[in-house]
Amino acid sequence: MTTTYTPSELLICLASRVMEDGTTAFIGTGIPMLAASLAQSMHAPNLVPIFEFGGTGAILEKLPLAVGDMRTFNKAVAASGICDVMETAQRGFVEFGFLGGAQIDCYGNINSTVIGDHARPKVRLPGSGGANDVGSSCWRTIAIMRHDKRRFVNKLDFLTTPGYLTGPGAREAAGLAAGTGPYRVVTNLCVMGYDKKSCRMKLLSLNPGMTVQEVIDNTSFELLMAEEITRNEPPTPEELRILREKVDPDGLYR
Amino acid sequence: MSQNLKNIPVVAEGEAPLIQPVDMESFREHNRKKSKTLISKMMTEEEAVDRFVKDGDYIGFELYGTVRCPVSLTRALVRSGKKDFRIAGQGVYEIDLLLAMDLVREIDFTYIGLEVYGVSELLRRRVESGSVRRIVEWSNAGISWRFKAASMGVPFIPTRCMLGTDTFNKSSAVAIECPFSGQKVALLPALVLDVGFIHVNRADIYGNCQIDGISGFAFEMARASKNLIISAEEIVDTSEIRKHPGRTIIPYYLVDALIKAPFGSWPGEMTGLYERDEPHYRMFIESQKDPETVDRYMKEWVLDLPDHQALLDKIGKNRLDEITLKK
Repeated sequence: MTTTYTPSELLICLASRVMEDGTTAFIGTGIPMLAASLAQSMHAPNLVPIFEFGGTGAILEKLPLAVGDMRTFNKAVAASGICDVMETAQRGFVEFGFLGGAQIDCYGNINSTVIGDHARPKVRLPGSGGANDVGSSCWRTIAIMRHDKRRFVNKLDFLTTPGYLTGPGAREAAGLAAGTGPYRVVTNLCVMGYDKKSCRMKLLSLNPGMTVQEVIDNTSFELLMAEEITRNEPPTPEELRILREKVDPDGLYR
Repeated sequence: MSQNLKNIPVVAEGEAPLIQPVDMESFREHNRKKSKTLISKMMTEEEAVDRFVKDGDYIGFELYGTVRCPVSLTRALVRSGKKDFRIAGQGVYEIDLLLAMDLVREIDFTYIGLEVYGVSELLRRRVESGSVRRIVEWSNAGISWRFKAASMGVPFIPTRCMLGTDTFNKSSAVAIECPFSGQKVALLPALVLDVGFIHVNRADIYGNCQIDGISGFAFEMARASKNLIISAEEIVDTSEIRKHPGRTIIPYYLVDALIKAPFGSWPGEMTGLYERDEPHYRMFIESQKDPETVDRYMKEWVLDLPDHQALLDKIGKNRLDEITLKK
């Protein structure tokens, strides 16, 4: 059976499937909010969403539009403040963290600050926000990106949020918490992970209809390949139904 | 150990000079002089800005732009003609209002954007043209922890964020090896504001404040502000405050000015009271794309209005009813 879906809906479903039940996830604006809400309705009813301005354990019934809005602590177990939740992550309580940005490199480092020179930027971007904190403290981070050569670059214009920095051991050498770092990259073309030894990005699975060559053509750096590259399942009718009826009935992200 | 404590190695240094010097002694002196008497702090937005804000001040806002934000105070600040501010932040709508009028010179920066609606065109224009002269980078937690250090009355706070990144390199942070564990940590300098602006759900006339829902960084920023200007949706009798003292997040002695401002966060939202005015917010975002339309927006929605009541009259009771949450 074929069901039609939009590129955003596919991204949301892929990101949602990465999340595990009974864990904590630091949720940023946009697709991660929808992914977390979908996960709560599907396989992860005990997923604890954490929002940077203090919402903890919300039941995501209505889509938040801002990381501090009322929906981020809808029926939540706690509504504290930014220091509390960031310190909770710094203490090792937060498993997943979501990131986005303008550029990512092969070690999962992310730029969301400037394109061009910092003092005289070609483009001034919104900045770190909580991203640097999420990338520093969460055990496993998931980047959600549009996949093209301008975004998947050899060298970032600015390293806003730490991935594996310059490779194996670099996070620990800089003083970042041991055992933390990038885990997955979810794009409109594929899902990628990281090679354990080299800490470099590695293609794991292709989205429906995509080829390895298309992924390579849209990546500026050399991408490692998993031994077996699998296929990501398209959104299921159940996922789409929940997404359209419950998570985003107004179709803001369709 | 004593050897170590004398020679704590600095392992990395951010290259940016401090926008606001760290001087905890003068902060203590300032706090000593603040009135501890229960006196009314009630005044208008205009009076508060006139009395407590100077050109070139280092100022900060809490929470941010579209959530529990002191926007009625921001409008009064814009109308006052005061200028050349240094700011801390993170901002959505409120910082954009200052940028629209070109009032910002230096920023301890963490996030200025429009969340789901993307990049602030006002920020881009002001930074790319050089009218914002200096930007020093931090993370969100970094800025809040800097307020926390000030709130603790100490000159810096150690954290494990920002390490290894350009965010650190373009900040004024320093990384050292911890003398107790050998762990590398980033030291963030305390950030004391000349003036802090916070919007709360309710306060008594003395400035004892309560906030519903998440508290963002109000606790820390209130305690890190030399002068603190509060706007409140509602002014309640002190007996209401004394019934639930555990809910006082900002006690009166921190507060210099208090303004009653129903819908003070509009077009942003307020927990339990009203929703974000989405069509208005989108109109503002649309207006940013062209300097002429944003000038028109500023004239119509800020500069031509004498005060907050004039704004509420302009929005109209019908629209305010529509965004009010039904009990």
